[in-house]
Amino acid sequence: MEDKKLITVYIEDKPYRVKPERSMLDACLTLGFDLPYFCWHPAMHSVGACRQCAVKQFRDENDKKGMLVMACMTPAAEGVRISIKDPEAVEFRSKVIEWLMLNHPHDCPVCDEGGECHLQDMTVMTGHVYRRTRFKKRTHRNQYLGPFVNHEMNRCIQCYRCVRFYNDYAGGRDFGVFAAHDNVYFGRQEDGVLQSEFSGNLVEVCPTGVFTDRTLKAHYTRKWDLQTAPSICVHCGLGCNVIPGERYGTLRRIRNRYNGQVNGYFICDRGRYGYGFVNSERRIRHPYYVTCGASGEKEENKLDEGKALPHAKSLLQGAKGTIIGIGSPRASLEANYLLKRLSGPENFYAGFSGRDFNLVRRIISILTGGPIRTPTLKEVAEADAVFVLGEDVPGAAPMLGLALRQAVRQKPVEAAKKSGIPVWNDYAVRMAVQNDKGPLFIAASAATRIDPLAEGVFHGAPEDIARLGFAVAAAIRPDAPAPQGALPEAAARLVPLIAARLKTASRPVIISGTGAGSMAVIGAAANIAKSLLESGKGPGLCFVVPECNSIGLGLLGGKNLKEAVAAARQKRADTVIVLENDLFDRLSAPEAEALLAARQVIAIDHLPNHTVSMAHMVLPAAAFAEGTGTLVSNEGRAQRFYKVYVPGGQIEESWRWLAQLLAATGGAEFFTLDDVDRALAEEMPVFGGVPAAAPPADFRMSGLEIKIPRQPHRFSGRTAIHADVDVHEPKPPVDPDSPLSFSMEGFDGRPPSALISRFWAPGWNSVQAVNKFQSEVGGQLHGGDPGKRLIEPASKGPSLSYFTGIPPAFKRAWDKSLFLIVPLYHVFGSDRLSALSPPVAELVPSPYLALNPEDARDFTAREGAEIRLLIEGVSFRLPVRFDASIARGVAGFPFGLPGLHGVELPAWGRIEVKMSGWAEKSAGREWGEGEAGDV
Amino acid sequence: MSDGSERPLTGDFRSDGRPLDMGEYERAGGYLAIRRALKEMSPAEVMNEVKASRLRGRGGAGFPTGLKWSFVPDGEGQDAAGPRYIIANADEMEPGAFKDRILMENNPHMLIEGLLLGAYAIGAGCAYIFLRGEYGRAAKAIERALAEAYEKNHLGKDILGSDFSLEMRLHMSAGRYMCGEETGLINSIEGKRAIPRAKPPYPQVCGFMGRPTVVNNVETLCNVPHIIRNGAEWYKGLSQKLSADGGTKIYGASGRLKRPGAWELPLGTTARELLEEHAGGMREGFGFRGLLPGGASTEFILEEHLDVRMDFDSVQSVGSRMGTGTMVVLDDRTCPVGMQLSLQKFFARESCGWCTPCREGLPWVVHMLRAIEAGEGEMEDIDLLLEQARLLAPGHTFCALAPGAAEPLGSGVKYFREDFERHIRGKRCPWKIKSL
Repeated sequence: MEDKKLITVYIEDKPYRVKPERSMLDACLTLGFDLPYFCWHPAMHSVGACRQCAVKQFRDENDKKGMLVMACMTPAAEGVRISIKDPEAVEFRSKVIEWLMLNHPHDCPVCDEGGECHLQDMTVMTGHVYRRTRFKKRTHRNQYLGPFVNHEMNRCIQCYRCVRFYNDYAGGRDFGVFAAHDNVYFGRQEDGVLQSEFSGNLVEVCPTGVFTDRTLKAHYTRKWDLQTAPSICVHCGLGCNVIPGERYGTLRRIRNRYNGQVNGYFICDRGRYGYGFVNSERRIRHPYYVTCGASGEKEENKLDEGKALPHAKSLLQGAKGTIIGIGSPRASLEANYLLKRLSGPENFYAGFSGRDFNLVRRIISILTGGPIRTPTLKEVAEADAVFVLGEDVPGAAPMLGLALRQAVRQKPVEAAKKSGIPVWNDYAVRMAVQNDKGPLFIAASAATRIDPLAEGVFHGAPEDIARLGFAVAAAIRPDAPAPQGALPEAAARLVPLIAARLKTASRPVIISGTGAGSMAVIGAAANIAKSLLESGKGPGLCFVVPECNSIGLGLLGGKNLKEAVAAARQKRADTVIVLENDLFDRLSAPEAEALLAARQVIAIDHLPNHTVSMAHMVLPAAAFAEGTGTLVSNEGRAQRFYKVYVPGGQIEESWRWLAQLLAATGGAEFFTLDDVDRALAEEMPVFGGVPAAAPPADFRMSGLEIKIPRQPHRFSGRTAIHADVDVHEPKPPVDPDSPLSFSMEGFDGRPPSALISRFWAPGWNSVQAVNKFQSEVGGQLHGGDPGKRLIEPASKGPSLSYFTGIPPAFKRAWDKSLFLIVPLYHVFGSDRLSALSPPVAELVPSPYLALNPEDARDFTAREGAEIRLLIEGVSFRLPVRFDASIARGVAGFPFGLPGLHGVELPAWGRIEVKMSGWAEKSAGREWGEGEAGDV
Repeated sequence: MSDGSERPLTGDFRSDGRPLDMGEYERAGGYLAIRRALKEMSPAEVMNEVKASRLRGRGGAGFPTGLKWSFVPDGEGQDAAGPRYIIANADEMEPGAFKDRILMENNPHMLIEGLLLGAYAIGAGCAYIFLRGEYGRAAKAIERALAEAYEKNHLGKDILGSDFSLEMRLHMSAGRYMCGEETGLINSIEGKRAIPRAKPPYPQVCGFMGRPTVVNNVETLCNVPHIIRNGAEWYKGLSQKLSADGGTKIYGASGRLKRPGAWELPLGTTARELLEEHAGGMREGFGFRGLLPGGASTEFILEEHLDVRMDFDSVQSVGSRMGTGTMVVLDDRTCPVGMQLSLQKFFARESCGWCTPCREGLPWVVHMLRAIEAGEGEMEDIDLLLEQARLLAPGHTFCALAPGAAEPLGSGVKYFREDFERHIRGKRCPWKIKSL
């Protein structure tokens, strides 16, 4: 049935049905026409600057003369009639390229962008060939922009996309356009690190080689020589889709993989540049077991090919008691599931910290139990009122922060739309909107990077954040439980305002999560969502979780890690298998040590850490780009990531080690990932959707026997790449787990969305080819966006009841040296894996303790002075940072920075001033320094 | 105003060049129009009177002023939701134009009164005078006049006992030709880069700070008090039936003329009359070759076109535009290539850099002209120049800057092609004395 809302436009005198409220460029690209453009971007829309998409517009069928218009600035309205092929339009478009090329350096052979350059593609598309100018080109000086982005201004064609993305879209403030006429310059006011956590998108937004990936440059390879596969970012819980690229056995770069519902066109810098850990020289590449040397020192005995499994089998069969398994929120669903099978559900412990265990359980019970829907990132970006409770969104889940930057524009953009300005006319919309923002409220422990966008901000202890939330729920629905006693004045003022804004919004979203470490905060968020639901709204309830598979592991179940400690202390654990986890991140050191004091400890991981250093046997695990598996994002979306390349050594996916161990010890046999997923889906209904998250390994495009290649058809050196080893071309590795092949041969068309290894189409070698994979520009990929949502709100059944555990108001400790220590988050540093990537490590802040200056005065007058912090017996030495946003009696602890882990926050901590007798050591945790865990 | 009926804009100027102060302006009938409007006329009546006068914008485009005002939504009264603005475009940067300067330096109160009437008509509560940075004398005159107007409650709250209030500020431009384009001007006041905005939406709907805004040229606004005071019919009669449009026009002429200058004359006075009577003809020893009728961004006209009436519609019939009405004359002792180079260097430099054709095309034109002038031109350059002039057409570019540059370029190469070829063939500029 045809959509009644469609309109008819005429292109080359042929009628086409298209959606209204779009530009003609958008319509043409959606219809599959090749029309060149530069300044237009599907997420940032039209500004009409480059004049590249010129077409001829005719008033009606009798108008033979027509006039040139820019397709991007022409509304797709009923009866609009254009010609792309009109000779005048064709000529003009080639002249635009000629103009752009007057000053372009034509350095394609040495340009990093070469081979996936939109400017190259558009030049070919317009047919411009010969240079007709004999005059000198203008040149620019380049800038140092930090470890992520390389700058080469001479290549610039002044499309203004960089500044529109960086400033207008992503809210950056340290980048801009300078000077005028043909001397326009895009960069910073002076050399320096780009401050936006989205700076890496400049690499993809730039249509040519002005902004290129500096990390790729460090180990450069031509884009068409990269082997790629669809993957999922592992550096936070949002599950952004990415495309890692490999050459010669090392990961070379990460690129965004469009998923209309999740990350769209962009990813954050943590996700793009955090891949360095995969290439680390410290990687565990071979299995080994540990023995005690003659003089008592530890000896690592490397196990040859084929020897690891028998050794591990003998350990398991020699177990003199219970084998317990400790799962991991950063390991795949399949690996966790098989460990659970191997240890038995009664001996499977989710690898969360005790606090995260409870928080994630509560989140899952809210999401699975209630009728409240958790929104996709796209839906968050479309929200027209948002309340954030207890999360540092940009620090913990950067892309959610980018979504909020778009959400605050919803209301003003709607107002502009009402006054007749179409949403696609970005420039006009921004001039109409100016600095107007829609409602966003933030309640957090300390200032966050998006606070300036908010209509109201409250900074306080988690208890007071929760109480604010409960009060808002009660203000929306009087039957929701209200907090006893008064709120802090700053919070009380906000209550009626937040309630009113949420109640009048049509798409309100509540954001909370594990960040505040508070059950009450999560409960308060759920109460607000429920109160809105009962007021007839369809609120979204979005939870930020810390890791890439927190929700997957939470759904899988397992016991609290604290119980494993108890079991170990009671000698009830003989053998411990630790899956991709450092227990020192999750437990206090004494607890972790107690657990790892079991008779036999087997660790499966990809990098050494404190836990690995205490294991008796270690199995080398595949990092995300080296393996295939499934992760469940904060949205409950199960998404498949694929092995990009076969790693060297004896590295295997964790789940494959576990499958082999399971089979070797008489358990069920799993040969492929599909086997695992099928069993998982059968065993636990909540995972019923996992097999459907991506096509199975035996999937083939209809009527074809061939697989889908990971290598592009231009891949070079296939026969020579291993010539130093053997002149014969080796047989490509077999992949039993996916319909993808390690080859350049196979199906070269458009695969199902979950199997897109790269966006390429004839004539479209750059990322702009994504248009060819979407059902409409900016919409979903053909066949639907990848992934399968496992949790949808139950339409019927008992609704979640209101949470009642409202905490009392936060009270400062009577003892002025006691502080409530709350976690703070950093884009670079809070995630431990990405912080191992050298360019990211450059930007990780040094450890500190943030105090309200008023409080700090009791200890020191000087910012940077060192104090000692004691939390539950663990001692840290940290310089003081003044932060006026932090409430009195509360101290901010940047959890996850080097040395700053091993405690559960929030917790009370004691601050001591420096006394003589302290050892002269650098800041950080006082015990365990220099150990493997503190990389 | 005694003899104001013929030269309402300039007739009251003092002979010593000092600006009229408040008292002098009021004695000459100044502020009578706004008094009358506030007392007797509704905003719509003011707007309708201006519409009826058929006053057309004097900035160059000739758009009917009353019509422009009427595009402001809900134009009645100041109580409509949200602020509205009126801005005097005093960024007179068109090469050859100096008419607004004369008005502001000699009679700043007339501009203020024009703004008051415009603001009243569209319901604006705030007005800006966006003044070219180099106009120091005008700035001083305006600042003093503003102070006087505030002092006498001609500006500020509840003006002259009415419930109409208007704040007015002088804003000195940092100096870009682009700021003469109304949307570039608005961006500039907002503190943004002076680049043009997409139209639609037009500033009358979404302008300064996203609010309805009218931008009018100084000369246009100066006409308004006279229209309101004397009526639309009187105003139409000022052109003495020389033109379909009413009013007088400040024409100017520069070049090797006997008496270059500016004159207020009935709209529709012929170019020949301006040139031969008012400017006194060419200076001794200089022959006429052509002229740009309305500033640098209009097409050349030649001797055979001089009988054209200088109004908005007539000049188009000879392939050019009246523009600002301030003509620049090319004589036979000036190199047409050199003149062209000078013009195009200006346009290339003043391009804001937003759209490709203007940003890239104009510097290329300059490169070629400079080569030709230096004796390094090639015959292909002439066709390339003509091609660039053709490609830099309205609609092809984001705003009118490059099409404005293309007007003297295309017509100049067409009319003086032989001179261009002589440069290229002789490998030197024939107007330059060969060094020995």
